[in-house]
Amino acid sequence: MNYIKILLNGIFKENPTFVLLLGMCPTLATTTSAINGLSMGLATMFVLICSNLVISLIKNLTPDMVRIPVFVVVIASFVTILQMIMQAFVPAIYATLGLYIPLIVVNCIILGRAEAFACKNGPLQSIFDGIGMGLGFSLALTLLGAVRELLGAGSIFGIGLLPETCNMLLFILPPGAFITLGYLIAIVNKFKKA
Amino acid sequence: MKKLESSITNMVIVLVGVALITGAILAYVNHITTGPIKEQAEKTLTDGIKKVMGGGEITVTGSDPYSQTVDGKELTYVIHKVNDAQGKDLGAAVESTTVGFGGDLKVLVGFDSNGNILGYTILQTAETPGLGAKAETWFQKDGKGSIIGMNPSAELKVSKDGGQVNAITASTITSRAFLKAVNNAYSAYKKSSAGSQNVASNDNK
Repeated sequence: MNYIKILLNGIFKENPTFVLLLGMCPTLATTTSAINGLSMGLATMFVLICSNLVISLIKNLTPDMVRIPVFVVVIASFVTILQMIMQAFVPAIYATLGLYIPLIVVNCIILGRAEAFACKNGPLQSIFDGIGMGLGFSLALTLLGAVRELLGAGSIFGIGLLPETCNMLLFILPPGAFITLGYLIAIVNKFKKA
Repeated sequence: MKKLESSITNMVIVLVGVALITGAILAYVNHITTGPIKEQAEKTLTDGIKKVMGGGEITVTGSDPYSQTVDGKELTYVIHKVNDAQGKDLGAAVESTTVGFGGDLKVLVGFDSNGNILGYTILQTAETPGLGAKAETWFQKDGKGSIIGMNPSAELKVSKDGGQVNAITASTITSRAFLKAVNNAYSAYKKSSAGSQNVASNDNK
């Protein structure tokens, strides 16, 4: 399998949000604005790349029967490292996302990729898989956040585009997340079939 | 390299090894980030105090916790007494927490020595984005429900409850919680300064 194919696989063919429908909790909860969605996507991508790399390196040292606990410990450590670093150096983003960072541990994309990809492939391929899946997740979250922010608050990345009277608050609230996600999946499926 | 067999010794060794290594790495990262995290928290607080006291050169002369009973619960308010550059008493910034719509709502309110509100900032919030989260700007000087300059000696209330403050549109619960935090902060400030004056007069005797 070549690397470009692995990369594109994560972004389009097996996009974690639109196709695999994994990691729905952060997807729905953090995408109230484009910047929140992007930050959450990048945070997840960081953990995904690191955990994929480490797991592919230690895959032969890990007896099969204890592989899940080992993977979870590796993932949880990277999440904790990320959390401490964000808290120390980018407090503004940590203030908005802080609550969701520990949840990356239980994000099924990460454990899913460890199981489905990293423990069967080499380190380099695993890194590419992490980048591809991470980019796919970030793109999906940014798109979802941008649509919700535009419809709900009239802006994208904080840049005002629509007057305040056009704001449909529903889209910032949880139901808006489900509605937007549903329509986005429908659009993606339409393009995939075409 | 062949995959390690799932024998009991191998499993124990691997799990203990992984736990030890990750534990060591986490301890190291914790060690190097503790300093910056603490600095950030202090900076947020000092910036907040500066903001709610109207900016300018200020010195915090003392930060004291003060407990008072609200609705049958004992709550602690941290009162940061503030002087200006000349050492004149400017009032105090008070940390106050209430329960809002989505969780704890922690505000820092600045009062001058007469108890008029100089400013406020929200330290911690879990209010709904787009609704209750507007509290950060809504009650400021140029916001729609400005409380700046008001004196909570008469309890601040939203207009719906017969008060004088415009509530945030569609967020009455957050608005009530916010005003409650301000009122409680005021009473904590007043009671604590009255308390310290009493102590002073006792000393004079």
